[in-house]
Amino acid sequence: MTILEDRPVRARPEGGTLLEQFEFGLDAPICLTWELTYACNLECAHCLSSSGRRDPRELSTEQCEAVIDELQRMQVFYVNIGGGEPTVRPDFWHLVEYAVAHDVGVKFSTNGVRLTPERAAWLAATDYVDVQISLDGATAEVNDHVRGPGSYDTAIAALRNLHEAGFRDAKLSVVCTRQNIGQLDEFKAIADQYGATLRLTRLRPSGRGADVWDELHPLPEQQRVLYDWLVAHGEGVLTGDSFFHLAPFGEKLPGLNLCGAGRVVCLIDPIGDVYACPFAIHDEFLAGNLLTDGGFQRVWQNSELFAELREPQTGGACSSCQFFDSCRGGCMAAKFFTGLPLDGPDPECVQGFGEQALEGLGDQRRLPASSQDHSRLVPGRNEPVMLQLRRREEIEAGLTSGQAAPPVSACAESPLAGFTPSA
Amino acid sequence: MPATVPSAEMTETELLDRAWELSSSVALRPEPFGALAYHFGNRRLTFLKRPELVTLVRALAEHPDARSALAATGVPEQQWGGYAAALRGLAAADMIRLR
Ligand code: SF4
Ligand code: SF4
Repeated sequence: MTILEDRPVRARPEGGTLLEQFEFGLDAPICLTWELTYACNLECAHCLSSSGRRDPRELSTEQCEAVIDELQRMQVFYVNIGGGEPTVRPDFWHLVEYAVAHDVGVKFSTNGVRLTPERAAWLAATDYVDVQISLDGATAEVNDHVRGPGSYDTAIAALRNLHEAGFRDAKLSVVCTRQNIGQLDEFKAIADQYGATLRLTRLRPSGRGADVWDELHPLPEQQRVLYDWLVAHGEGVLTGDSFFHLAPFGEKLPGLNLCGAGRVVCLIDPIGDVYACPFAIHDEFLAGNLLTDGGFQRVWQNSELFAELREPQTGGACSSCQFFDSCRGGCMAAKFFTGLPLDGPDPECVQGFGEQALEGLGDQRRLPASSQDHSRLVPGRNEPVMLQLRRREEIEAGLTSGQAAPPVSACAESPLAGFTPSA
Repeated sequence: MPATVPSAEMTETELLDRAWELSSSVALRPEPFGALAYHFGNRRLTFLKRPELVTLVRALAEHPDARSALAATGVPEQQWGGYAAALRGLAAADMIRLR
């Protein structure tokens, strides 16, 4: 990508805030996502990685072990494993054990398909492993609409198995959509019922998500509902860095109010391609490949793309906005995949500038062609049928702001959740 | 294992007079600004934002008290208060422990 041009090269400041330091990147990522396979038993309508079929070039067991060895050398303490559905890899549980034995803690995301009572018991007995179950509706109706028939029952069964096996603090991970914003209390109740922690994330127009974003992304008034709900439940709910674009609704939020892509965040995909962010799987954000470019460390530290991303970015149309400090123009991937300029407002800018920009583009709006797609060629029996769902009417009920607890904890995953920026 | 430290209740003098060490479950990763400390037990990540603080934390185990570790690290005495506060925060997160 060509965002470098003639920006003055700024040197990393000495001291300064943590945010300024993050802007210039770290020696190793702190929010590393590793997608182990593009294969998946489901075909979610909004899959960020357009998964479905395994790629024949996927890393072998030995290659995966070598990646883990390298992460250990780089002191990447924690990796978020996803897919596809990672647990369908026959060597998945072996790789989890291998990572943990090499000081790389694991959190993996799953739709629950392999979480039998036996597996749940094994997980409960294993240290440094976190499990995140995806559920995008608090009822089967809303969930299966996007994730496909039967997926609600699978997820709930997995949660139950974990809970009954004594696994503590699983994460219930929800992508917030127009259809489920009205169910936030119910999601929380499900999480509580199974001793899990609720994690809410933002729907981004990545992968197949681009095709359904217009239909699924929360409406402007729902963004406000979401923000207020987060403020009211700040402590007990994880959000990743998902919602910093909502900060202009209230006070400036602590945590990583910054797009971490290529700076502290990145993705390793199933064939070893390294992208700036799990939501930016596109050639534009491809930094290199760890097999052909001399390993992950070389890519992380030497890629030209990452060097560009670690330059302070200009705010473009956002720089004059009074909220730029906390919002910073929002999410790079959301802009890119909706066809908006990277240095302008987020498509969900709470001031409405994103919508204006999208409208302004009109017929000129060009969505970037996807550069990889592992969707099944023939729909399987689990493909969701996206029939129209009614919006829940009760979304406004009982949701008021007023608590000071800030909703956002830094970055995508838990290692940053309790961080102490002052030390 | 030493008891969880009531470091919040210690006066600055007490804190500086005690002997500390990096927790055994903590790993330090060098970064351009200092270091990142990761606690494998409570999975907390803390950023040590000054190279001097990193040197100090590493030096704690070799000195009879934090005061002499500070002196050995070359931190000017008028800044000790700030470092004591940082140590207090690190102790509260179990990043450093009394020994
Ligand atoms: S703001 Fe968007 S592009 Fe940046 S790290 Fe977060 S999800 Fe990725
Ligand atoms: S104009 Fe830009 S910085 Fe301001 S709120 Fe909108 S997206 Fe955020």
